[in-house]
Amino acid sequence: MTAYLDHAATTPMLPEAVAAMTAELSAVGNASSLHTSGRRRRRVVEESRELLAASLGARPSEVVLVGGGTEADNLAVKGIYRARRDADPRRRRVIASAVEHHAVLDPLDWLARHEGADVVRLPVDHLGRVDVGALRAVLAEDPDSVALVTVMWANNEVGTIQPVADVVAAAAQYGVPVHSDAVQAVGALPVHFADSGLDAMTVSAHKLGGPVGAGALLLRRGLDVVPLLHGGGQERGVRSGTLDAAAARAFAVATDVAVSRQPIESVRLAGLRDQLVAAVLAAVPDAVLRGDPDPAGRLPGNAHVTIPGCEGDSLLYLLDARGVECSTGSACQAGVAQPSHVLLAMGLDEQTASGALRFTLGHTSTAADVEALAAAIGPVVERARFAGLAAGVRP
Amino acid sequence: MRVLAAMSGGVDSAVAAARAVDAGHEVVGVHLALSRQPASGRVGAHGCCTVEDAGDARRAADVLGIPFYVWDMSARFGRDVVDDFAAEYAAGRTPNPCVRCNERVKFSALLDRALALGFDALATGHYARVAPGPDGRAALFRAADRAKDQSYVLSVVPPERLAHALFPVGDAGDKDAVRAEAAERGLAVADKPDSHDICFVPDGDTRGWLAARVPRRRGQVVDSAGRVVGEHDGAVGYTVGQRRGLRLGVPAPDGRPRYVLEVSVTTNTVTVGPAEELDVDVVSGTSAVWCGPEPSAGSRLGAQLRAHGAEVPCVVEAAGDEPRVRLEQPARGVAPGQTLALYDGDRVVGSATVATAGRR
Repeated sequence: MTAYLDHAATTPMLPEAVAAMTAELSAVGNASSLHTSGRRRRRVVEESRELLAASLGARPSEVVLVGGGTEADNLAVKGIYRARRDADPRRRRVIASAVEHHAVLDPLDWLARHEGADVVRLPVDHLGRVDVGALRAVLAEDPDSVALVTVMWANNEVGTIQPVADVVAAAAQYGVPVHSDAVQAVGALPVHFADSGLDAMTVSAHKLGGPVGAGALLLRRGLDVVPLLHGGGQERGVRSGTLDAAAARAFAVATDVAVSRQPIESVRLAGLRDQLVAAVLAAVPDAVLRGDPDPAGRLPGNAHVTIPGCEGDSLLYLLDARGVECSTGSACQAGVAQPSHVLLAMGLDEQTASGALRFTLGHTSTAADVEALAAAIGPVVERARFAGLAAGVRP
Repeated sequence: MRVLAAMSGGVDSAVAAARAVDAGHEVVGVHLALSRQPASGRVGAHGCCTVEDAGDARRAADVLGIPFYVWDMSARFGRDVVDDFAAEYAAGRTPNPCVRCNERVKFSALLDRALALGFDALATGHYARVAPGPDGRAALFRAADRAKDQSYVLSVVPPERLAHALFPVGDAGDKDAVRAEAAERGLAVADKPDSHDICFVPDGDTRGWLAARVPRRRGQVVDSAGRVVGEHDGAVGYTVGQRRGLRLGVPAPDGRPRYVLEVSVTTNTVTVGPAEELDVDVVSGTSAVWCGPEPSAGSRLGAQLRAHGAEVPCVVEAAGDEPRVRLEQPARGVAPGQTLALYDGDRVVGSATVATAGRR
């Protein structure tokens, strides 16, 4: 039996979403067509949009359906930067936390290299929480030069919840728009777009029980974005391309289910997570929990540890061989584990960061998964340390 | 046995892994990431370890139905192979990075890690054979296909490490047979071009690569009588035996081609001369590795001085850590830093790093 402890990478589709999607897959009709089949399809898309909006505290017209979280982040970062810069050429600065997902950081690097953006990376504390004081200072320096602030709702690696409300308040003082990547938050935490005060928010379907390849960028009405995709003018002209009605339906159903279960499910997952952390620390006393130790400050399904004297590669292989699937918690480039920019930003050195493991729980997780890890982790770490010694890894 | 198969993404290591699976071993494939910023694709036959190579290795592992991982060995490779390569050239020697990689990465760091993680052996796609030697311990032998034989670049691996090495294609007929076998097995890498040259110099321009890493200054090119015959923009990067790239202003008196005879980084001088002055018949080495019993003085063995060089009969004048051999036919273009591999028939007796080469 496999213990799947990598729900932050992707989580199984909810049965409700599978049923909704398969029912729609065999139907015909382009949502942009004017005939009966087209209208039927359009109705599915619009009902999905309404359900998504209701689940996320947004208006239906604020939901732009896209092909996933990465596209939504790219559209927000590039689209808002370009629109704001075009409206006022002084707006070249983009302020982002140092621990954003690569789907935000890499478009920013690209804008810096190709379109003259000046990217300011906000530092984080040792828990991975962004320094709002630094944000205020950067904004105050020259608010007219800021195109956008982007700070994620909760970190995908260490699970730290960001002070989004404080970020929004700081930016609102100068009328600077704020985007937040909420991919890990929706379904795990209460998320209400309108109440958040955000101008743009990224949601991904497959992280909450929907299909891969679907997502949404919530865009406050009145906020201009320059599109990435030009064509048929779908989605208010912001995102051209034939609408995927089946994916939209499954995405909406999954979001509705995940959001309505969130108050109870997050308590269940936090309980399992606490057991998991306790089991790991009992078997490996020198393992260090990263991120916020206070359950109120981290995602309920996230446990992230670093284990001294071990390489993540070795730990992952040994756990996988014992049927426990997790992540080394670092981004991959070409399948090569890079030292995590999140852990480095939190002040860890490269060697400590290389011994990281991320365990993430989701809707199919049970106590048996935690027990499987609890049984495996002690011997696995012992062996990985032996291999680390052979490779000269400092304990 | 539990076998870790190192898979480069090429045809040889894919077939080696397949043969290890056929032999009934429990096989796990691993691709070594040797650079933190791998290039995306391969350019012709140059370079390796690109994203494309990792993907090819992964697909081969899928076809074989074995687990597959990418392990980051970039720090070790960077230090022990890439930096060493630059440092050796900077010191006026001519290193062989494949030898260094086998000695310090594959059959050292990687094998140590594999054994520590519970594997019994490491399989690679090298063309060589391992069998019991005269003392009963594991010994290295030339591959069945002499044209593809890679025992030279493995001659630095000591017996206790060879005991954990598997070279499943070492007894293959020839390269075409291995390609045919890969095609039969449904491995997409069957028709992938072989990689040549130095994997971390993707465009094959070693001198250019070194120029960016090793400081150099202009100096003189002299002939063996000490006459100045030209200028160079840095002695580092010249190799004994090299003919091309010498911009000599003064023609040789007899009009014959001239070759690099000696490189001195201390005086920043390159010495050139006619081909016959390249001939050496006494070679001494350092840091010997004996792959079995040490030979006694007076033993008649074969010496190989380059990866694809010919074997020359020789007599051992001294063994130990700093061996010396007398070649029975002169060899040309032997540079300090190269590996001297000694053979008894097909068996590798040992190896040493060339310290000096000269004529008696």
